[in-house]
Amino acid sequence: MAVRTLTLWCPDWPVTAAGLIDGVDPYAPVAVLYANRVLACSAAARAEGVRRGLRKREAQARCPHLVVVEHDPDRDARAFEPVVAAVEALTPGVEVIRPGVCAVAAKGPAGYYGGEEQAAERLVEHIALHCGVVAQVGIADGVFAALLAARRGRIVPPGATAEFLAGMDISTLDRPELVELLRRLGIRTLGDFAALPAGDVLARFGVDGAYAHRLAAGKDDRPLAVRSPPPDLVVTGEYDPPLERVDMAAFAARALADRLHERLAAYGLAATRLGIEARTAAGEELHRVWRHDGLLDAATIADRVRWQLDGWLTGSATRLRAHGGVFSDPDAPTRSDGLVVARPTAGIDRLRLIPDGLVRCSGMQPGLWGELGEADARAHRALHRVQGLLGPESVYTAVLGGGRGYAERVRLVPWGDERRAEGNDRPWPGRIPAPAPATVLTEPIPVMVCTADGAFLHVDERLTLSGPPATVRLPHGPGAEGSSGAPLTVTGWAGPWPVDERWWAPGEANQSVRLQLGVADGSALLVAGRDGTWWLEAVYD
Amino acid sequence: MTSSIVTRLDRRDGPPASLERLRAAGLVRRASDRVDQAVERSLPVAPALRPLLPGGCLRRGSTVTINGPASIPASGATSLLFAVLAEASAAGSWCAVVGLSRLGLVAAAEAGVAIERLALVPHPGPDWVDAVGALLDGLDIVAVGVPGGVAPRLATRITARARQRGAVLVVVGAWPGADVTLQITAATWHGLGAGVGRLRRREVEVVASGRGAATRLRRARLWLPGPSGAPMPAETNHISIDDYRDRAQRAAAQQRRAS
Repeated sequence: MAVRTLTLWCPDWPVTAAGLIDGVDPYAPVAVLYANRVLACSAAARAEGVRRGLRKREAQARCPHLVVVEHDPDRDARAFEPVVAAVEALTPGVEVIRPGVCAVAAKGPAGYYGGEEQAAERLVEHIALHCGVVAQVGIADGVFAALLAARRGRIVPPGATAEFLAGMDISTLDRPELVELLRRLGIRTLGDFAALPAGDVLARFGVDGAYAHRLAAGKDDRPLAVRSPPPDLVVTGEYDPPLERVDMAAFAARALADRLHERLAAYGLAATRLGIEARTAAGEELHRVWRHDGLLDAATIADRVRWQLDGWLTGSATRLRAHGGVFSDPDAPTRSDGLVVARPTAGIDRLRLIPDGLVRCSGMQPGLWGELGEADARAHRALHRVQGLLGPESVYTAVLGGGRGYAERVRLVPWGDERRAEGNDRPWPGRIPAPAPATVLTEPIPVMVCTADGAFLHVDERLTLSGPPATVRLPHGPGAEGSSGAPLTVTGWAGPWPVDERWWAPGEANQSVRLQLGVADGSALLVAGRDGTWWLEAVYD
Repeated sequence: MTSSIVTRLDRRDGPPASLERLRAAGLVRRASDRVDQAVERSLPVAPALRPLLPGGCLRRGSTVTINGPASIPASGATSLLFAVLAEASAAGSWCAVVGLSRLGLVAAAEAGVAIERLALVPHPGPDWVDAVGALLDGLDIVAVGVPGGVAPRLATRITARARQRGAVLVVVGAWPGADVTLQITAATWHGLGAGVGRLRRREVEVVASGRGAATRLRRARLWLPGPSGAPMPAETNHISIDDYRDRAQRAAAQQRRAS
């Protein structure tokens, strides 16, 4: 028995979506193209003769001022989300058939709003009011028939669906191969197709053909695949009077964090990222996303709220960013270096914790003998305290990734952020073999490498040295390894190891050669020749 | 049958002779030995460093300083620091390094330090004493680089904290009142010729001195880093196939130059 279904159809949805998201005027002649063919067009374009399936050039020939938009399924789906939410507000249990079309079981709303017609009217009105979208509603037995009814804006009475479908063209089945075959067999309407014996259709056209036959006969008994609305996990706290001090906010955040925890645990989830959003009574907002390795508990969340607000209240300069909503005070004083000092002007009246990066979590499992976890937890607490003392960007752990130079193989991530190594599985030809230098300079310093006759050491395109390196002179100052500027005698050298990296990216290109130099006092240096200068990169300390 | 054994054991005074034999062979220990065993109060170090440290381990609560000779700027103090951390870190201890911003962490990984359990505080600023104190509370080994030296009173405070918390304080540079001082006296790189070969390993001589059990001077020669990156005692004469290849290359280069 087919379920009585109410289908909501938004005509020319790709065009409407482009209008909603990209700001294209939907009343102008607009066409959405996919693979150089028109996929959908606006009413104005249709009036000029643009049709579905036309080529771009043909469409433009018919309508020279046609606005052409590329097809983007993501945009369509994104724009349809508010419509689905609006439908859900009136009646639960919505199935999204595709962006632009959704279906609900008609029984519920019809009973509630006092009739199918009233329910349909109510839905159309609600969507027009809340989303600014034109929609049509059709009611029939089964999703397939209801969609066809929606296209015509009709309410098919119960039991009359087969009759309603009988006169329809066979192409509405949306199965091009089957439709073409049926046409050649002289079957032009759904009614003709439905009149065929079901057993013969199955024998001749297979399972899909038999299903199409049932659709044509108005016996669409597929139940609705209702979507379950995503759970709302955001935790919000409103404060009156507003929180004036950082410690008060951190205290409030602790209670919020407990609530967030409970809610996440109820769904068996854990968050790996957390957005903290604070709003002041004057309407300023500060939003930042914190990444975390492992699970965020109440204490860590409270700490992060404290750090975030600390930076804000003490007036650390924040670069004004166009996106992300970091800062929203137009009258903030601008410093001479172009940084804007972001400082709130009132207490915080709302805190929101937005969990992100949700993963399934079945709880932490400590080691059987307690050997795992206890020492780790102690170390975590200590490192946390240091972060509290010196600030979040003071304690790091290192991640070893891929790369040729020693400096680029190490990435420091602030303690608590997730550690992810990249590029370790690549071969990296040109990498200097082990052992690695124990001291790597964060900023390479220029050095003079000379041959025996005191001339600058050159390396030509064929990687031959202009002579054996004889002396290396480090500059004065604290950057050098205790040297006083006197030239050191080179006793041995190896290389050159050429590197030609990222030549395709103009700003990041790096073409250099590296040399290992053994010096007379027993130490060894790693120097790199780049842009006509030798740079001390690392010391084999 | 069971009762007969019990009565037989009861009649004896002291443990059976077979147990005595096992204990003499070191195969059996009393349960009470475990509690104040040195094993519980110490952290392991690499075999190459064992002759240098009293008890062959890093005693919890002690302070170890690492110094290079003033004449050689890069004599291996940082490599020695990695060597000291390596074994304990690999065994599951957490380590932190405070105030050393130019560590070559690839070398640390090659020496055997577990990078995921190594916390770095490269720029602690003026509050470094508080940071070191907090780290000593929770971590097993805290390494500190103090380029400008430290006042004796502060040093005493930090050393006492380490002793109380059972953490090991490792200092690169001078530190008044250290338990063990590891001084590098000589360092030579091997494997690098005039345009042939490459850096393979370094031979260093380390002299350990200190207070208490470490008063006697101890001297050891080690490969730091060894052929595999990890420290090794230099007595074991490891000549790898690479060394032979280097030697052959060097000889060939000399011949070429002569002819």
